[in-house]
Amino acid sequence: MNIINLDHLSANPLLPEVQEAMIHAIRADFGNPSSQHKLGDKASEALEKARDSVARLINSGSPKEVVFTSGGTESVNLGVKGVAWAKAEKGKHIVTSNIEHNAVLRSLRRLKMMDYKVSSVPVDSHGRVDPSDVAKAIKSDTVLVTIMHSNNEIGTLQPIEEIARITREKNVVFHVDAVDSVGVVPVDVEKLGVDLLSFASNSFYGPTGVGGLYVRRGTHIWPLLDGGVQENNRRAGTENLIGIIGMGVAAELAARDMTSRIAGMKKLKDRLLRELPSTISEYIVNGHPALSLPNLVSVSIKYIEGESLVLLLDDENIAVSTRSACAAGALQASHVLLSIGRDFADAQGTLVITFGLDNSEEDVTRFLKALKDAVKTLREISPLYAKAAQA
Amino acid sequence: MYSKTVMDHFRSPRNVGVIENADGKGEVGNPLCGDMMTIYLKINEDRIDDIKFQTFGCGAAIAVSSMLTEMARGKSLDDAKKITNKDVAEALEGLPKNKLHCSNLGADALHLAIKDYEARKSGKPVEEPVRKELHMHKHGEGCYCPYCETQLVEGDNTCPKCQLNVIQKH
Repeated sequence: MNIINLDHLSANPLLPEVQEAMIHAIRADFGNPSSQHKLGDKASEALEKARDSVARLINSGSPKEVVFTSGGTESVNLGVKGVAWAKAEKGKHIVTSNIEHNAVLRSLRRLKMMDYKVSSVPVDSHGRVDPSDVAKAIKSDTVLVTIMHSNNEIGTLQPIEEIARITREKNVVFHVDAVDSVGVVPVDVEKLGVDLLSFASNSFYGPTGVGGLYVRRGTHIWPLLDGGVQENNRRAGTENLIGIIGMGVAAELAARDMTSRIAGMKKLKDRLLRELPSTISEYIVNGHPALSLPNLVSVSIKYIEGESLVLLLDDENIAVSTRSACAAGALQASHVLLSIGRDFADAQGTLVITFGLDNSEEDVTRFLKALKDAVKTLREISPLYAKAAQA
Repeated sequence: MYSKTVMDHFRSPRNVGVIENADGKGEVGNPLCGDMMTIYLKINEDRIDDIKFQTFGCGAAIAVSSMLTEMARGKSLDDAKKITNKDVAEALEGLPKNKLHCSNLGADALHLAIKDYEARKSGKPVEEPVRKELHMHKHGEGCYCPYCETQLVEGDNTCPKCQLNVIQKH
């Protein structure tokens, strides 16, 4: 039986066009893009072509504003620490939100060890930041605001444009973690008005191990890695050309097909949400009902634990994800779910379903059937369910 | 990630359920630490005649409960008291390191259920089976890390020992 992948946030397959381009690149005799000879020129041409494609995907005014990295994690680290270090003389205060990804959280934790101070603004029950909270948190020594574009656990989109208006007015650099948004929903750096924006190739069916950081012209960052002068002195090390070529092609396809992809994802999401009430009882759909990623559904199912659910669904050849305490060694309830008001038990019983281009409505039907059985099985074992039934 | 034995006990857990009018009941854990387990005992002449469990938890926690009940069934109370968390984990052919805490719940719940039985027998029943509230806030005693049980600093959401994010719930 084929495996139904409903965990595209963890891994996306490479599109055939991307595979082709990468295989071609592996076979082509590319030199080092920094070299002065013809082999170098050939490589540098391919590199800049990919940079153009990526810049167009996020509507950057100039391809020079795109720095290639090893993925979303590095982009975020470079954006957050790069600005913090470059601006250290101006101040050491940073503003963020309560529901950021670990890449941001842990970058900030590291900065705290270097005497930086961090203020974190709350989110509402849908996971939205109130821009006025950001305005209030900014102080005279604030050098950076970092807020995510979309949340990787609940899908909620943030009011980035409004926050950018505030950071511009207060002359504070604004970094946006858009790893789960770029290539999935329209992200226009000019319209948003942000200074830095992180993204990853795999979110839009490019290879893993490649990502980018948009750095608005005039924004000064320190590199994380010291070495050569690649990427305009912002990221040392010979570029991962084959991966970057794959990312460039994936970016072109994402820009071309964005509207139809969103329509396809939304159809699956709407169907899932429509049929959930007749499938299981006592659950909460997390995230904003409208301002949310079209490919993500987060649902907290009462009285059961997420990992058990993932394992039972895996037995039915359905791949989904959980952000529960026991997931992937994390052993802690999701800070995102707790921040939007889920209690510990509900946070544990949370399933994250992310659709991709290979999914069909038939997949949703099969998933719902398997979900119904798995929830029933686990509730029969659960002492919480028994107690609730008694009450 | 899990051994075959763990997956077998997870997929087909033995002795799931409730014993009505149980002679002993032990309940450990809470949703904050990720797992909850309840063990029910039927005792006949100081021997475990029947044992059942209910568990809210990950695959490992369910497998631990199932294996534990298999190991304890038919044993004398004295022998059952000797079952350790390590024994359960070994019978399951090992657990991933980050899941060893799940096996701790198993034997704890069994021992608590036996204690409950003995207390009732001696005429001093524990009003409700004792539940470990270790990780929740206790006034005057503070909060404890649900993972390593180190006392947390009030207002700081990072455990000073294991460096994990913990949300203090009062």
